[in-house]
Amino acid sequence: MTVRKNQAGLTADEKRRFVAAVLELKRTGRYDNFVTTHNAFILGDTDNGERTGHRSPSFLPWHRRFLLEFERALQSVDASVALPYWDWSTDRSPRSSLWAPDFLGGTGRSRDGQVMDGPFAASAGNWPINVRVDGRTFLRRQLATSVRELPTRAEVDSVLSMATYDMPPWNSASDGFRNHLEGWRGVNLHNRVHVWVGGQMATGVSPNDPVFWLHHAYIDKLWAQWQRRNPRSGYLPTGGTPDVVDLGETMKPWNDTRPADLLDHSAHYTFDTD
Amino acid sequence: MPELSRRRALGAAAALTAAATAHTLTAPAASAAPSGHHHDSPEPFDEVYKGRRIQGRAASMPEHHHHGGGFEVLVDGVPLHVMRNADGTWISVVSHYDPVPTPRAAARAAVDELQGAVLLPFPAN
Repeated sequence: MTVRKNQAGLTADEKRRFVAAVLELKRTGRYDNFVTTHNAFILGDTDNGERTGHRSPSFLPWHRRFLLEFERALQSVDASVALPYWDWSTDRSPRSSLWAPDFLGGTGRSRDGQVMDGPFAASAGNWPINVRVDGRTFLRRQLATSVRELPTRAEVDSVLSMATYDMPPWNSASDGFRNHLEGWRGVNLHNRVHVWVGGQMATGVSPNDPVFWLHHAYIDKLWAQWQRRNPRSGYLPTGGTPDVVDLGETMKPWNDTRPADLLDHSAHYTFDTD
Repeated sequence: MPELSRRRALGAAAALTAAATAHTLTAPAASAAPSGHHHDSPEPFDEVYKGRRIQGRAASMPEHHHHGGGFEVLVDGVPLHVMRNADGTWISVVSHYDPVPTPRAAARAAVDELQGAVLLPFPAN
């Protein structure tokens, strides 16, 4: 069984294997397919039209499935690898071991945002940015620049205490847990972390930065924590909602999985804290 | 050199532009427009910002890849994918998780983000 661990507690060997598997997916072209898929949904999901991956109730199950696909791809390279998660409410500094050269590498230089160290630096030659929205082909970051602070534990707790999963109009204007976790309303958790990292992470092609997976693995964990804290609350809406994925409807692009199939993460993996 | 954050740079630029345009604006349409009018049809714009031409206008092909309510934004003539949120704020594909009040602000945020790099036309992404 796959166990997803806090990145802060990974051994040197676990970090090395994770990085090697990610680089192998990149080398074979499989990695960039994930970036392309994510950007297609970012461009296509709209508040007043069809919305699946973002700004909608299926934000959480869509990313759960997306991460499962990625994790299975990693495991096809190295069966021992699981997705780690980044608890940014605790590891909130650019000096965190997450950003060390033996793992993801650090922030970008001020001139052009280029990441200069770690396995994903352009200078290492293994991480070309191919799926992109502008001419730059190197990984960029500007940690803690566009927004100074990552969310605090108290802010996370305030969102986990929201008992209703999601509410009409089921988009970026909604009240409820999902939209506060996504960040279009309120204290802003998920969106703010993208902005804090900067570089490609702030764009539609955000999976170009491997931290994308660690960020979303923690968002996914927060969904599991919310379920545990609100055992009588379930996914909404449960049927008949135009442009929105109801509980029993299948999700694009897979068309074979419903939110109902993804509510229980323990069918697929557990967390180190479970 | 101290780095200016994007928000602070945007704020400074917006203040400058507001000051520069305030005395030239005659606004015959704006005075008659109901409040909230800008949510339905943003003001067109055409300016040079940090050395790059940014334009916003009614979309020439409203049904083609536009989620800005029929409004399109260009940076040096290249279309920038923008989207209007339900609350009237705007984002673009290069600043997707950080809503700003207007499409002009989204265009400026894109120029800040690009640091001089060319934008790729989005249907080719």
